Amino acid sequence: MSRFVTVIGLEVHVQLATASKLFSPAPAAALGDPNTRVHAIDLGLPGVLPRPNQKAIELAMRASLALGAVVQPLSRFAREHYFYPDLPKGYQISQFDQPLALGGSITLPDGHRCRLHRLHVEEDAGKLTHTDIGTLVDLNRAGVPLVEIVSEPDLRSPAQAHAFLSELRHVLRFTGVSDCDMELGSLRCDANISLMPVGSETFGTKVELKNLNSLKMVQRALEYEERRQTAVLAAGGRVAAETRGWHDELGESRSQRSKEQAPDYRYLPDPDLPPLVIDEASIAEAQAALGELPAARSERYRAAFGLSEVDVRVLCSERAIGDWFEQAVAVGGEPKAVCNWIVADVLPAMHERNLDLATFPISPLRLASLLRLCDAGAVTLVAAKKVFRHLLEHDLEPAGALRALGLDRTTDPAVLQPFVLAAIAALPEAAAAVRAGKDKALDALKGHVMRASTGRADPAVVETLLRAAIAPPS
Amino acid sequence: MTSAAPTTAAAIARAVAAGTTSAAEVLAASLHRIAALEPTLHAFVEVWADRAQAAAGRIDRDRAAGVPLGPLAGVPIAVKDNLVLAGEQASAGSRMLAGYRSPFTATVLERLEAAGAVLVGRTNMDEFGMGSTTETSAHGPTRNPFGNNLVPGGSSGGSAVAVAADYCPLAIGSDTGGSVRQPAALCGVSGLKPGWGRVSRSGLIAYASSLDCIGAMARSVEDLALWLDLAAGPDAADPTSGPAAPPVSASLTTRGDLRGLRIGVPWELNGPGLDDDVARCKDEALATAASLGAEIVDCSLPAVAHAVATYYLIATAEAASNLARYDGVRYGLRRDGLGRLDVMTTRSRSAGFGDEVQLRILLGTFASSHGWSEGFHDRARALRAQLRADFAQAFARCDLLLSPTSPVPAFPLGSSNDDPLTMYLCDALTVPASLAGLPALSLPFGATTDGRPVGMQFTAAAQREDLLLQVGHVLQRHTDHHLRRALP
Repeated sequence: MSRFVTVIGLEVHVQLATASKLFSPAPAAALGDPNTRVHAIDLGLPGVLPRPNQKAIELAMRASLALGAVVQPLSRFAREHYFYPDLPKGYQISQFDQPLALGGSITLPDGHRCRLHRLHVEEDAGKLTHTDIGTLVDLNRAGVPLVEIVSEPDLRSPAQAHAFLSELRHVLRFTGVSDCDMELGSLRCDANISLMPVGSETFGTKVELKNLNSLKMVQRALEYEERRQTAVLAAGGRVAAETRGWHDELGESRSQRSKEQAPDYRYLPDPDLPPLVIDEASIAEAQAALGELPAARSERYRAAFGLSEVDVRVLCSERAIGDWFEQAVAVGGEPKAVCNWIVADVLPAMHERNLDLATFPISPLRLASLLRLCDAGAVTLVAAKKVFRHLLEHDLEPAGALRALGLDRTTDPAVLQPFVLAAIAALPEAAAAVRAGKDKALDALKGHVMRASTGRADPAVVETLLRAAIAPPS
Repeated sequence: MTSAAPTTAAAIARAVAAGTTSAAEVLAASLHRIAALEPTLHAFVEVWADRAQAAAGRIDRDRAAGVPLGPLAGVPIAVKDNLVLAGEQASAGSRMLAGYRSPFTATVLERLEAAGAVLVGRTNMDEFGMGSTTETSAHGPTRNPFGNNLVPGGSSGGSAVAVAADYCPLAIGSDTGGSVRQPAALCGVSGLKPGWGRVSRSGLIAYASSLDCIGAMARSVEDLALWLDLAAGPDAADPTSGPAAPPVSASLTTRGDLRGLRIGVPWELNGPGLDDDVARCKDEALATAASLGAEIVDCSLPAVAHAVATYYLIATAEAASNLARYDGVRYGLRRDGLGRLDVMTTRSRSAGFGDEVQLRILLGTFASSHGWSEGFHDRARALRAQLRADFAQAFARCDLLLSPTSPVPAFPLGSSNDDPLTMYLCDALTVPASLAGLPALSLPFGATTDGRPVGMQFTAAAQREDLLLQVGHVLQRHTDHHLRRALP
């Protein structure tokens, strides 16, 4: 057992899912050809002034409320200064001593609660690409709205840091605040980590880790740093206060700068922006827009539908999935069956076609109709899956698709008798076994009929016909 | 010369609308005078002759076609070199922005052009507004029409001279700590600094954002009222602009005299340190106001004692921030960095900015740096709040406050160059209203014994530009200080 307790705090930047930038009308999507999504404001041209994006403030409030943070009635934008070509004005507009929200927490699956320190709004910087011909500046990302979420140093292991981020991502995706894609950079994380002797209440010297581009990297980098600091301390050394960059391909972090080299940002209240005054009514509005949170929805699904933990997790992974599920249930779909279809058919088809549920060609109502046809015995499960595939391509009701495919179930003995005789001819041993009283062998014969009839045969009628054909009345 | 031609903006617009003159004729007279006097005065950095002629032609064609004309139809207006106009250069008097052309237009210029104004050119100024003499301009000094060895004041010196020399009846300036009022006083014209936020700053190249106000200079208060009504009002491009206020022109003539008004004389702005002639003019102004029925009362603004220090802390910190964007990367002057980014930025900024600008950036950077900002900035903000409270207390007792605009009249070129502190004290009477964000008006009110103009400053409570202009209008109807000209 280690003699040290690990103390971790995270600083997370999340891009808000707005159409335009935080202070300019340019599109907020950081994609596209370099420097095609920039306005004079993003370039910091002489004479421009920032124009606050109300939608970004609303999403930041939504994030605050979803995380249980308290939105402040008055917050302020401040300028954070440094010279770098990714920062056209020479300062980033952020919030300093008066952030948008304070407090809040995230509860991990292991029950551990990590408190949040604050949440504030700021603009993103541009992107630099270092090439043989020099450094290229792309300002498409400059001015994209971000929230920065700072945790308290409440996490005690790299695994908890991983769990914290995945819970945070879940809540922010679920509430439509952000798509939180670490690979595309819409969620970015810096971590602070220190060790202290077991039993101590004084934190050790902390190290800041940067360049953590995935959840796994966060965990790996923290594990590495935990080992490194343990070794330093165990050898009687002192951990240096510094910023270290993670090099995933090498599996190690390297010092970037010491605490003494930390830049002086010269925070200044931004005189171009009036204070952000948020009244009770707009907080109530944001609370209403927030809707049900994933934790509450999971609880409700467990209680109301008796679904398994795995099912609940899938249905509550995104708001749209649960909404789709509930719409199908509301029109009569049996919850467990609807859930099975969502997991096995709807979501795979959606991903395969690169769609979302809003544009998915089969409505919840149609899936429920299809399930009713199954229940009523009008269609076999095998045929139902074929109907589902057909509905992906054709705008039809399930009953119509069934007919179009010639899959409507048949109970007509005159139609089924040739299939029955063919099965007995093909599998004489099975027929003999049935005749000898081994009912289990009936399944092979039934399967043969079902396949030969392309799933249309009604299993109950087939069984009756098989028994009659194998053991004629004496 | 065109002595018979109308000389105020209001009169020109009326004459153009009536057809007794044309926009083209008015402009031709203006350009003729500019051509004759500019070699001496150097008020303009650039004259937009072609652009102005096209604008005047459009107005004359509109009139001929019966299209209704705007309230400034055909009025030539000079624009300070720190307001951007799409497709034209704007340099803020700096080498840093030599050759820079803006892709967009300042809101105030958009509104003036929509009202029929003919923008004739950009006027000289202290670099980025930092100076009180127009001598820190990268384009060389501007001379005062009242004496060619005299400074015109600053930073809007070129705009003040454009009106004083009768190039244009109206000129746009900007005022951060007195940059409209002080040159207006030194050049014998009227100058208005509206309250902060009254006129959109969109398109104004920033010096110190919490202090910057776009203002105007004219011969007559009536023209300033006409300008304010067109320029003011909320603008989506400036979130600190607004709120909307009723037009001031409508109420301009509501007073025949000054009866019922109480004019406060803050002793801190009227005490020792005033030039003798300036003090005499101030006494004459008070006597005039009293003779028109105003009640004159003493009052006090104790925080004024620290106003200049407070102003320079706030203005330099904001300037260091606002001017950080001139890094040589995207536009403006760039020097070779020998392959290094920091060297490129340092060399570009050292070459692009003049001494005064570099001095203020260094002061502002130092005073806002970690460990110092608490001592300097928190204190400056507290003093600013105290000054606002002092003004509020004074306006509880008085309708307007009066003081000279500048403690001294125009002085010789080159005389303040080596002594920035003395130059900063020139702003002592104008920075209090700037710090408090209040509207203030400078009116010509007499002259020194050797003929240099002296200006008086009236300050009103927030949103009371209307009262300021009403009083100015009464005074101009009963006196002729504003009609005194330097040149025939």
